[in-house]
Amino acid sequence: MTVLEDPPAGAAPEPIALPTDDAAVATPEFERAAERAASRRGFFIALPAYSYLILFFAIPLVIVMIYSFGTRNRFGDTELANWNLDAYRKLTEPLVRDIFFRSLWLAVLTTVICLVIAYPFAYFLATRSPTIRNLMLVFVMIPFWSNFLVRNFAWRVILGTDGPFSRATEAVGLGESRILFTPTAVVLGLVYGFLPFMILPLYAAIERIDLGLVEASRDLYASGWQTFRRVLLPLSMPGVVAGSILVFIPSLGAYVTPEILGGAKTTLMGSYIVTQFLTARNWPVGASLSFTLTVIMLFATILYFRKGGRTL
Amino acid sequence: MSESAARPKGLTRGFLTANAVFVYVFFYAPIALLLLFSFSDNRNVGTWGGFTLGWYRDFIDNEPIQGAIWVSLRVAFASTVVSVVLGTMAALALERFKFRGQRVFDALLYLPIIIPDVTMAVMMLLFFSQFLDLIDTVFGVQYGKGLTTIIVSHIAFSISFVSIVVRARLAGMDERLEEAAMDLYATRWKTFRHITLPLIAPGVAGGALLALTLSLDDVVVTQFVAGPGSTTLPVYVFGLIRRGVTPLINSVSVVMLAASILLVLLSLVLQRRGGGSVTASAE
Repeated sequence: MTVLEDPPAGAAPEPIALPTDDAAVATPEFERAAERAASRRGFFIALPAYSYLILFFAIPLVIVMIYSFGTRNRFGDTELANWNLDAYRKLTEPLVRDIFFRSLWLAVLTTVICLVIAYPFAYFLATRSPTIRNLMLVFVMIPFWSNFLVRNFAWRVILGTDGPFSRATEAVGLGESRILFTPTAVVLGLVYGFLPFMILPLYAAIERIDLGLVEASRDLYASGWQTFRRVLLPLSMPGVVAGSILVFIPSLGAYVTPEILGGAKTTLMGSYIVTQFLTARNWPVGASLSFTLTVIMLFATILYFRKGGRTL
Repeated sequence: MSESAARPKGLTRGFLTANAVFVYVFFYAPIALLLLFSFSDNRNVGTWGGFTLGWYRDFIDNEPIQGAIWVSLRVAFASTVVSVVLGTMAALALERFKFRGQRVFDALLYLPIIIPDVTMAVMMLLFFSQFLDLIDTVFGVQYGKGLTTIIVSHIAFSISFVSIVVRARLAGMDERLEEAAMDLYATRWKTFRHITLPLIAPGVAGGALLALTLSLDDVVVTQFVAGPGSTTLPVYVFGLIRRGVTPLINSVSVVMLAASILLVLLSLVLQRRGGGSVTASAE
């Protein structure tokens, strides 16, 4: 009976003319041809997006790299003839180094604060009944989808002189608040902007965990902390890493938030790069910093995938 | 199924609840205050001075803003349509086929997601400054930066997001449904049109919403590739904020917020419908 279902390749002396698409019944040659056809088909379906990304993404990235080796002449134009590392050397100057480390510090701080707020929230969410959970999720999604610029502007209104926040601190007797245009305001804006990016992957990771494991751990006399440390956290690690990357990357390159909420003394990398292109006209330096930033992101992401992360 | 131990008690429980309340207050208080002050009759953006609709009237009468809205809508529409088509095709190719260069393509598709806005902006600026020069020398046609360069750039960062959303949907779909259709002599196109596409429709819609939002949100990239006379609403508003905040920005902001919230709610309704029919047909 197996013979009927699955004839060996050599069994049928004369292959019957079958529709070529029906690879299931065919000989090895047929199968290989079908595979090749499928491969070609896949390639052609991918082709439009593939060529688009090569032309409008890969090539621009290479151009940035080339510019980063260029030289700025007296007129603010970029000469690409003699490649050199001057622009990269400039990045090691104290001014740029300070900006770099300040950005890095604020991005790390933002990520940690988001993590500390989002983790308990995601756990709370994951342990609700499905109806409540979905409702709560919708109200996380709304700020997630809302216009980022506007959400930063809202804090400008709140923290401004005579704004509601200042009024509140005065009422409590703390005096006028001077948070606006400080790094604190920038971190506040970044946390506000990117908190949903942390909550959603964390929730997805925690929701997948069999909460019976938490019960089992407690039944075996583990304390709440031990359960968190030994059971919950390791199992939710993919969410922690995914959320951290999703918050860290845009925080490190942030431009809009520091421009709106930060002051002149808190220049961050994003603003510095923009200035190099739009006002200072030193394109090689801007390009070298952009390229460095990209390489950092790339390594962070590769590390994440190496650690077994699957979703971003 | 009891979740007794998974749902903590006492102090921890109090902490978790308080944290959740805090998160929602944190999310919504600024939005509520913005809404409130958009009706405030005071030139200071954060001070209450009696009720007025004046700032909304200013918003409607403001011609540059109305112009910027049109530019934004045209850019968002064009870039969404193109990136949805290209992104969905990319997702199909990666999820359903094996082909040469697949791994490179996969990696290339991830890059726009992990690259910061500012770098993307720099890339597009340098690219267009070279590319437009090249067109000028080769064809003798002088193209300036404008609507087209904005749309091209928005597509470049949207394709990846669309394809990720659609891929997730494709991965969760039962491949045997497609095989069954083809066993019943449906052509590949018919299978796609009548089986695959309806099943991944919520994913495609989600991808479209994401592309639309990304396009309507973008400030940095657009600022770098926009030409004179082609300012999108966020870029225009950003410029206004930098020149000094006025209550007019409050009203514009509220309108932008309302638009995005409306979009999300719309998509939720659509997703629910789409989601329902998919689970029904998968059962």
